[in-house]
Amino acid sequence: MNSINKTTNKRIENGSNRNQEVIVDGAVCPLPLTHTKKIVMGHGGGGKMSQDLIKVTFLPPFDNPALRAGDDAGVVRTHANRETVISTDSHVVWPLFFPGGDIGKLAVCGTVNDIAMMGASPQYLTAGFILEEGLEVDILERIVASMKNSASEAGVQIVSGDTKVVQQGKVDGMFINTAGIGERPVSIHIGGSQAKPGDLVIVSGTVGDHGIAVLCARGDLGIESDITSDVAPLNGLVAAMLHASYLPKGGTGIHVLRDPTRGGLATSLNEIAAQSQVGILINEDAIPVQPAVMAACEMLGFDPLYIANEGKLIAIIAREYADLVLEVMRKTRYGEQSRIIGEVLGSPKGRVLMKTVIGSTRVVEVLSGEILPRIC
Amino acid sequence: MKYVTEFREASLVQKTTQEIQRTVTQPWVLMEICGGQTHAIMRYGLDQMLPSQVELVHGPGCPVCVTSLELIDKALVIASQPEVIFTSFGDMLRVPGTGQDLFSVRANGGDVRVVYSPLDAVKIAQANPNCQVVFFAIGFETTAPANAMSVIQAKSLGLTNFSILASHVCVPPAIRAILGSPENRVQAFLAAGHVCAVMGYWQYLSISQEFNVPIVVTGFEPVDIAQGVLMAIRQLEQGRAEVENAYPRAVTLEGNRPAQTIIDQVFMTCDQKWRGIGTIPASGWCLKPEYSDFDAETRFQVQSIQTEESPVCIAGQILQGLKKPVDCPAFAVVCNPEHPLGATMVSSEGACAAYYSYGRQEVVEI
Repeated sequence: MNSINKTTNKRIENGSNRNQEVIVDGAVCPLPLTHTKKIVMGHGGGGKMSQDLIKVTFLPPFDNPALRAGDDAGVVRTHANRETVISTDSHVVWPLFFPGGDIGKLAVCGTVNDIAMMGASPQYLTAGFILEEGLEVDILERIVASMKNSASEAGVQIVSGDTKVVQQGKVDGMFINTAGIGERPVSIHIGGSQAKPGDLVIVSGTVGDHGIAVLCARGDLGIESDITSDVAPLNGLVAAMLHASYLPKGGTGIHVLRDPTRGGLATSLNEIAAQSQVGILINEDAIPVQPAVMAACEMLGFDPLYIANEGKLIAIIAREYADLVLEVMRKTRYGEQSRIIGEVLGSPKGRVLMKTVIGSTRVVEVLSGEILPRIC
Repeated sequence: MKYVTEFREASLVQKTTQEIQRTVTQPWVLMEICGGQTHAIMRYGLDQMLPSQVELVHGPGCPVCVTSLELIDKALVIASQPEVIFTSFGDMLRVPGTGQDLFSVRANGGDVRVVYSPLDAVKIAQANPNCQVVFFAIGFETTAPANAMSVIQAKSLGLTNFSILASHVCVPPAIRAILGSPENRVQAFLAAGHVCAVMGYWQYLSISQEFNVPIVVTGFEPVDIAQGVLMAIRQLEQGRAEVENAYPRAVTLEGNRPAQTIIDQVFMTCDQKWRGIGTIPASGWCLKPEYSDFDAETRFQVQSIQTEESPVCIAGQILQGLKKPVDCPAFAVVCNPEHPLGATMVSSEGACAAYYSYGRQEVVEI
């Protein structure tokens, strides 16, 4: 192990000639292939390819402090003592209905959760529909009713909308975009860059449910299961957590909140580690995974750490508040199975480590490209 | 989860690694044949728990990695044709050919679909009588029965729009090639449990005798692999060279007879090109003449495509256990899963991808 590490470090230091041809014993390793000319599915996978696309293509022309923060929602100061939190999310899941939810519920919860993850309370949403010519009106009505239910549960109103229809075959039934705003007091500084060494990492329940539920619902795996998606609005859970963690001088003991959607727990933790320039150590044994989800992952060769969730959150909390917050979380509908899964370290910066079930330690990488079909 | 959890039990792994520690007295080089085993070793960090005298090198058992560049170029030509639905296991989409990969073909409008079973490809052919459906039939002895079954099924259904682009490879000839190389360092093998579940392990008896090398049939969970290492080290330390079975819950001496019968019905032995290694005589299977109607190479007239790859790409040396991923200056610097330079970084079973995914490019100390 030691000799390997020495070798690699030397290589990496020497490898300053990035993007140049690499000479291997006098010859060139063949086949450099990059997907820079055309968009491929991996660019939408929520992993490293998505992040690279944002960094290279979107961030430079749009650059501003709110966008640069790299969180799920942008935060802008609009009042003396309040900030406005804005987010948008497009939903292209297929099939439109799956066990535990549908595209409408997903569209409302997705945006509600992105706003809640900044410690803000979501208030108003917009909804844009792109409908396929030939779609049954009955299906649209069922989706809209589902959106209404989710909006009521989350306590938000849908105050504006848009409808477009495109030719058959241009979308799969319908795509929905939602955008939303919420507010938070300026004393709350929750964000991906706020994790601090010593903090504890909590996950609000089992991971991988949504991705596997949708995958099974597509029917092309030949797997039948009773796994249901976890899609749910998490703003109630967040409100309870904030209530339990207010600091005496204002602010909160919660440093980071994130919903690990595409790319899963592993990718979200890596994003946080990079944004906060800290290390994160998680314990494989402590991560809750439903047995049915684990079984499906074993059969298909997936790792539940990389599978999407739509009703779970990761919380990174000052150690002294963790027990209190955990207790409150476990009393809520969507946080019953909350667990402490790890801690924040001073180093290695930007890295997520995991103590494996057999007791050794390894690095947990970001999801690289595409592993699953469209799931949100 | 039964049959999984108990084979990841930390106390059992520790007990076995302690026994390895007590047994080993000198350095030994072991090769795990299968990419699935390499992956498990990295995923669980098993190598870190082994004594420093035990060196694990990674074998050629990653089907995606060893599929020849030439065959991938043929696949790209076929998949780019209109009226063709090209079906494949997911990993193959990212493997670069000479100019592009199947993802690029798809982005350019080609109908390239991921299937989880070749029988799904047959169903696609039934549902699309006006299209030619091609299945990319690659892999070791493990995927051969289902691939053969797809051909048998297509024939009995009378389908004229289904064919396979076949390139099967077999483990025993590869082990012989590694042992026969003057540069060989491998002193014992952990044979691939799933391959042996299909073929049995009788084929390894003569190899073990001829080359005086221990071969232990090994599973894929941490407890299985630790047990395989222990049995191999015991043989080496005691000067024995036998075939032993550390995976009896899945593997018997004779293997799965019905699966072997199906393979025999459809395929025959042929010389095969291995990416990064070259041609190994009698190391693969191709379609028998009576099934030549289902051969995509003749149907799409791509037999004449010939591609020579650089003989010095380090991927070949990694697949033969001569080098490790971290020996390559490109590893994790300009070569990563998004931008793979070689086949071993492409497949999730490839040794370079396993090293990369589990963070072996840097020091990890707690």
